[in-house]
Amino acid sequence: MQPLNASTRNFEEYAQNDSELVQPDPAELAISTRNLRKVFGDKVAVRGLTLDVRRGEVFGFLGPNGAGKSTSVKMLLGLVEPTGGEAQVLGRSIADWKMRARIGFLPEHFRFYDWLNAVELLRLHGRLYGMATAELRRRIPHMLDVVGLTAHRSKPLRDFSKGMLQRIGLAQALINEPDVIFLDEPTSGLDPVGRRLVRDIIKTQRERGATVFLNSHLLSEVEVTCERVAFIKAGEVIEIRDVRTFEQERNRVVLRVESISEGTLDGLRVWAFDVERHETYLRLNLKSPAFAPVVLRYLVEHGTEVYEFAPQRFSLEDRFLEILGGDQGL
Amino acid sequence: MMRMWIMAGVTFRESARKKLLWMALLAGVAFLALFGTALHFQLAAFVDNRVPPILRREMLSGMLMMGIYAIDLLVVVMTVLTSVDTLSGEIASGTIQAVATKPIRRWELLVGKWLGFSAMLTGYILLMVFGVNALAYLMTGVTARHLVQGFALIWMESMLLLSVTLCFGSVLSTLTNGALVLGLHGLAFLGGWIEQAGALTHTPKAVLVGIVASIVMPSESLWRRAAFEMQSPLTTSLNFSPFSGASVPSSMMIGYAGVYTAVFLALAIRQLSRRDL
Repeated sequence: MQPLNASTRNFEEYAQNDSELVQPDPAELAISTRNLRKVFGDKVAVRGLTLDVRRGEVFGFLGPNGAGKSTSVKMLLGLVEPTGGEAQVLGRSIADWKMRARIGFLPEHFRFYDWLNAVELLRLHGRLYGMATAELRRRIPHMLDVVGLTAHRSKPLRDFSKGMLQRIGLAQALINEPDVIFLDEPTSGLDPVGRRLVRDIIKTQRERGATVFLNSHLLSEVEVTCERVAFIKAGEVIEIRDVRTFEQERNRVVLRVESISEGTLDGLRVWAFDVERHETYLRLNLKSPAFAPVVLRYLVEHGTEVYEFAPQRFSLEDRFLEILGGDQGL
Repeated sequence: MMRMWIMAGVTFRESARKKLLWMALLAGVAFLALFGTALHFQLAAFVDNRVPPILRREMLSGMLMMGIYAIDLLVVVMTVLTSVDTLSGEIASGTIQAVATKPIRRWELLVGKWLGFSAMLTGYILLMVFGVNALAYLMTGVTARHLVQGFALIWMESMLLLSVTLCFGSVLSTLTNGALVLGLHGLAFLGGWIEQAGALTHTPKAVLVGIVASIVMPSESLWRRAAFEMQSPLTTSLNFSPFSGASVPSSMMIGYAGVYTAVFLALAIRQLSRRDL
């Protein structure tokens, strides 16, 4: 059987095969990094991050704990100074502080002075963005409405639940209608209603043309919101993929069969990467979804009795585990 | 620059909301009440004992100096405790990330915080120093000799400690920072007394030890110069004041303290600008 990681391409291979990434149009890029590197003492946090995020796309940033995701995001936001490499956001160097007027950021655990109420917090952050008073008067009620906190507008943050803090954090990240939004675990602490709200907000931002850079452990959230994802491990991008291609590229089918010979079984390898047999069950990873009827016809024609034929969805989580490996105790 | 003033405003409100400030103000009011009560009884004792006016005035002036000395200690504690966790605490909790990712330069963030704290501390020092002098004047007709200069020097001492606290707070944890700054002030405090004692006993090497301590941390020098400016000329000429007189910090030392403050503020900006958040 072909090892699972055999199909994993590293970024260099991917870049060679993808002309868009080799020579991207800088004007179309919201985020661009080349060999971005961060070393803390003798520990390499980010080995050499190279990626391009197009304007207007929702981009997922995935990796196990300690992979360097947060450090990478912090470098892009100017919180952490890179040890080496280059990075640009909206065509401007990450060292350019003025660029930050056009970005929004929700930290993983948003917290702020707990004596401020929701309106005061948004006003303060809006003023730090350089927004005019009249504009803030319009935007603050709108953002409170968007995150569902209008009824709590005068409540101090110290009385907010974890989910409410996450919502107000989201509101401050969007108060300036940013062109690029960095969301670090935005659904952390949110109930299902809150998660749905975040999904809707991301959709709205995409519709208005903003770029969303989403760092999340909730792969099911990433799967439904992102267009492309980068898998990062040990401070390097392992793979960047279009989420929509996952199902197309690997198609798993589970069959319950009887009377199958070893010869027929070997013959399946023409259409499948992997063929696994457990008593009467077969699991195939087809090379193309178009091979499903071909395989079924082949089995029947070779005298195999097929009782079940169930195509299985290949989730982002499967892909995550395949590319980055299982629990590494991090 | 506008964002610096926004940070100053929010820092002022943040510091003014701390329970510590209200506790310090409460302690200040209690102190003024205690001081007023002591003055009242002292005045009554003067009448009973028929103390000569010149001696009465000197004794009242000495009591006022003790009051201002207590205020100076309160100011030192207030300065360090209110500002000790503003950087280290916000860095550790991640609170600073929401601000530092806005279009604001790190120096604006730090100077904004410095301005916010300095505004709060200036108000506190004004209230306490002028409060105790007003009380003394209303009850006895005695005030500090050079009150404005004295106030300015105590204010300088507070600003010096604020700059040092922010500087160390940009690289150290809250507890370590507090222990270091108060430890340095303790060193200066001890050095000041050694210098005084050395001058009274004509021991140049002891005076030198005191001067070296003042160079390492000139906060206590500012208080001793403030005491010298505020105490009565007679006490100064007698050279036996517990606060100052025998060895008065020079104008050069005051200038050095000003430069020291500016250098530590610049170092704080440099360190915050370079550190990862």
